[in-house]
Amino acid sequence: MGKRTIIPFGPQHPVLPEPVHLDLVMEDEKVVDVIPSIGYIHRGLEKLVEKKEYTEMVYVIERICGICSFGHGWGASAVIEGALGIEAPARAQYLRTIWHELSRVHSHLLWLGLLADGFGFDSLFMHCWRIREHVLDLFEKTTGGRVIFSVCKVGGVRKDIDAMTLKEIVDTLNSLKPEIEEVAEVFRKDASCRNRMVGVGTLSYDDAVALGAVGPVARGSGVVQDMRLTGAGVYDELGFEPIIETAGDCQARTEVRIREVFQSIELIEKAVAMIPDGPIEVPAKGNVENEFIMRMEQPRGEAFYYAKGAGSKFLERMRVRTPTNQNIPALVHMLKGCDLADVPILVLTIDPCISCTER
Amino acid sequence: MSEKKFMIQNFEQVEASNLLPRVREMFEGGYRLGQACATKQADGNIFVLYSFDKDHVLYNLKVNVPSNLELQSITDDYWPAFIYENEMHDLFGITFKHLALDYQGKFFKVSTPTPWNPQN
Repeated sequence: MGKRTIIPFGPQHPVLPEPVHLDLVMEDEKVVDVIPSIGYIHRGLEKLVEKKEYTEMVYVIERICGICSFGHGWGASAVIEGALGIEAPARAQYLRTIWHELSRVHSHLLWLGLLADGFGFDSLFMHCWRIREHVLDLFEKTTGGRVIFSVCKVGGVRKDIDAMTLKEIVDTLNSLKPEIEEVAEVFRKDASCRNRMVGVGTLSYDDAVALGAVGPVARGSGVVQDMRLTGAGVYDELGFEPIIETAGDCQARTEVRIREVFQSIELIEKAVAMIPDGPIEVPAKGNVENEFIMRMEQPRGEAFYYAKGAGSKFLERMRVRTPTNQNIPALVHMLKGCDLADVPILVLTIDPCISCTER
Repeated sequence: MSEKKFMIQNFEQVEASNLLPRVREMFEGGYRLGQACATKQADGNIFVLYSFDKDHVLYNLKVNVPSNLELQSITDDYWPAFIYENEMHDLFGITFKHLALDYQGKFFKVSTPTPWNPQN
């Protein structure tokens, strides 16, 4: 055993937009152990249940994250709907699915850009974010917001999308497909990308299961796990099947996200073709007496929502467990044995969101 | 709607003394740990909810936390639980015995120590 050195990584680091700290135990250039630390920006949003009524908590929960805010708003609405015993109308479920998949497209494009930036491929980073900008325009046109939308509410959604705008969404996404394909080919074939990702940070199927990995991290290791299979939204009607890769390395996790961008576009296209007419909300009345659990497949993986009522407008508990919480143990495992130079890319490939994790 | 998997809400009340054997059974049954969290109830008592997933269906174990706020850690079977147990320690003041990776109260930097602790 060589001499061991501890190198602090973060909480401030060029590849980390948000603070997480890793103590990297090194032998020469190899990482032999890792101790993660979070908690620098814990906001205590869950504790606001003591001051906010359950309808107001949706606003709080969607502010957990600026990237997957729509999914959090949907998760919070759906878990309270479950506790109240009500169900959003069919058109609202289609609209939620369309906005959620648009969120996945923009989140994955954002992440691809960050990954490119992580290995110094700045032009690729800029192209990913340029394409993503068009998706944000669609959000602005349909919800009025580019980051926080506040269109989800307990019982349905606040805004409808007319047929012409739905067609515009599909046309815009279809026009983006060739450009996305172009950047995808760079991630798949360019040596400067492949050299940093192929065979790096491999997570086996067994380890992914044992460590409870979620989202593209799990699916990149061959685990068939996607909360869109649990029946939320209209994924059953759209014939959704999760995208799986088996290599388990950084390239596989990237490939899952690239393929999911195209899959989301297809899902949106189908949802637009099938969306029924009808109301977009049902009234949410009364106090929450029960408890309920809801899980959503956010772009980063499974998010868990638990609501427990105590017979008033205020919930006794609103718990949100975000995907990064669940992927930190897998990250620690993947980092062991890697080179120091690979640490930033490996950290990026779990698509960490510390803002989500800290809540 | 009733056919959908998310509508299956399995909750099982477990005694604190029987927690580890039940968790071992979940582990041996191939369940993945989905999360663990604590809830402070109106009467001031706390329960911990452990959620396990298999084939996209959740199974939840509920354990009332004894008044000394001590529970056994489940990290022997589910090592990733250290994230949740350290979180519950820092926010609720629950002590987990034999915790595999114990941050000793330094997991979260909170301005008020153990803000959900009923003994505050």
